[in-house]
Amino acid sequence: MGVPEMGRESVLRLNELAIGDSGVIRGIEPVGGNGAHEMSADELERRLLEMGFVEGARFEILHEGLIGRDPIAVKLDDMRVALRRREAAAILVEHQHVPVLQS
Amino acid sequence: MSDAIAMRVALVGNPNSGKTALFNALTGARQKVANYPGVTVERKAGVVTTPQGHRVTVLDLPGTYSLRARSPDEVVTRDVVLGRFAGEDPPDVLVCVADATNLRLVLRLALELKRVGRPIMLALNMYDIAERQGVRIDIEGLSNALQMPIVTTVAVRKRGLDTLLREVDALFQSKAAQASLWHEPAADEIRQAHRDAEQIMRSFVKPPLRPDTWTGRLDSVLLHPVAGTIILLAVLFLMFQAVFSWATPLMDLIDAGFAWLGQLVTHYLPPGLLQSFVSDGLIAGVGSVVVFLPQILILFFFIILLEDFGYMSRAAFLMDRLMGVAGLHGRAFIPLLSSFACAIPGIMSARVIDNKRDRLTTILVAPLTTCSARIPVYTLIISAFIPNRTVWGFANLQGLVMFGLYATGIVSALVVAFVIRRLFWRSASEPFLIELPAYKMPDPMNVLRGVMQRGRIFLRRAGTIIASMMVVIWFLSSFPGAPAGATGPAIDYSLAGVIGHFLHPLLAPIGFTWQMTVALIPGMAAREVAVGALGTVYAVSGDVANGTLANTLAHQWSMASALAFLAWYVFAPQCMSTLAVVRRETNSWLWPSVMFGYMLSLAYIAAFIVFHVAQALGA
Repeated sequence: MGVPEMGRESVLRLNELAIGDSGVIRGIEPVGGNGAHEMSADELERRLLEMGFVEGARFEILHEGLIGRDPIAVKLDDMRVALRRREAAAILVEHQHVPVLQS
Repeated sequence: MSDAIAMRVALVGNPNSGKTALFNALTGARQKVANYPGVTVERKAGVVTTPQGHRVTVLDLPGTYSLRARSPDEVVTRDVVLGRFAGEDPPDVLVCVADATNLRLVLRLALELKRVGRPIMLALNMYDIAERQGVRIDIEGLSNALQMPIVTTVAVRKRGLDTLLREVDALFQSKAAQASLWHEPAADEIRQAHRDAEQIMRSFVKPPLRPDTWTGRLDSVLLHPVAGTIILLAVLFLMFQAVFSWATPLMDLIDAGFAWLGQLVTHYLPPGLLQSFVSDGLIAGVGSVVVFLPQILILFFFIILLEDFGYMSRAAFLMDRLMGVAGLHGRAFIPLLSSFACAIPGIMSARVIDNKRDRLTTILVAPLTTCSARIPVYTLIISAFIPNRTVWGFANLQGLVMFGLYATGIVSALVVAFVIRRLFWRSASEPFLIELPAYKMPDPMNVLRGVMQRGRIFLRRAGTIIASMMVVIWFLSSFPGAPAGATGPAIDYSLAGVIGHFLHPLLAPIGFTWQMTVALIPGMAAREVAVGALGTVYAVSGDVANGTLANTLAHQWSMASALAFLAWYVFAPQCMSTLAVVRRETNSWLWPSVMFGYMLSLAYIAAFIVFHVAQALGA
């Protein structure tokens, strides 16, 4: 999993983060092409936007499911949304790493 | 102003905004639940009079985040709002209902709704909770920014309703509808609307001073991967206990009531066709379905309670991955759960699933979960053939077989769903994307109203589709009557008997006797009717309680046949009402036919294997 280096901010996909991670939504960019989605990238983008995954929104991952740590429950500004990691892969985020002393 | 003025108001809002509570508070008991023509979405309408004395028809539209419709429910919302719905006049005034504690998404929806050009206002519902949390809303500023009147309401306390109606009336008098500028927004237009909404939000809404901490605290337990799953299972266990044990006294009462009615008819009508029609066809037929009313009411009581509390989306979250293994959507959990009482409400509640294929898969497998109509059949056969003894030191063998039948039902539903997704709709997959609303104390009146509504819908169905099915089955079982001097039971000479004898060669390889085959025909009306039908063919009392029928069966059937019969009942599409509901819900004969075909094949294969394996083992 792409945990960024301490203190550095980097753009990741939401599905790469774990419980307790937080940051800001930077964009929607569906990873297409594998045919796993019946839905077009555009439709997925619009749905995510309508649920509030919009550039600038703050998020924090609150909960993870039992199997494969999927789906995830995300605090998004002042609301809570649940989604699968597969859909979360379409969401570009800036992971704001809180610098804690940890190796 | 004359009384002739009649206006139509539509309530639109996000899910969980308390829209239905507001609708209930406004219209009270003066509401009608029907279906929109051609689609199976419920149309909830009610009537209320404004303080100015005008009649208002209020429509409660399905909750949505946008007018870009995704599910059949949302299509209705869009088409009604846009005035595109055939046979439905466009609403004169739109009331956008918002949860005052959760304004972000609804402000964007309000901006989208404004483009429709109809007079519109915003109702900030659950305003008491917002006040308690210290959310500060500059209502005047917000109203100016959105260019629409705003009222605050507390639906469950009936606060702000007069103001709302006064405002609706004023809006209706002062503003005319304009041409709609709405078109399906592209991604960038949604982004822009979000920015506008965000701007408005920042200027006029200050975040709560005392934010709700309960939701977070409850979620840390209820959504905990282990504790949350255990709690979900405990909740389900309690529900099942309630559905099956609390309902029993009431069901016995209803049973006794219909039996008494039947006797009354037998007493007052001369013996003959009419008596048989009324008592065996109508009363016994409708009674055999109405007897499930207590179970359905209790089930819906729990479902509505959990829904209003905000738990159902959590249950979907916890179950999503497990259901996902079988290719089902997390939301399929609720329909499948309902199907344990009866597949009919289960299939109806599959409407919550947006994606058509996900919904169809759920509908197709719903009847495989063990509905309560199978219980009388299972109980009869188990008590006749499975010895009542303890195995492994603690488990009761009869209980174990019952559990096994339930487990087979669940597993086969998941396997069939998996096969459907793999074989037919491989690429189809619906994103799982749901809001987890803040927990709220359910309002008893709203829960009660919801339960009553479900009960009425079920009874209406029992009174129409199901009653007419019963009449057909009665006809098949009664005509032609037994000739004079006949020795066998009358059903043997009827059309059902003829069909049974005709089908018998087909069912002989799975160990069925002709009596069993004949009993299957009336058993098409409803699964448990087969118990009564077996009673009829063996010309003994169909009373399971005193054990006579079980005794007869134990002597007449081989163990292998009995087990094959059980296996048959796990899968067989022995329920006309379910097929009729699938026809209605899918608006096509294709899906009920597919369901009938695959369930019949599974039943035949399962019974065949069970019969031959059991025979080989000497049963």
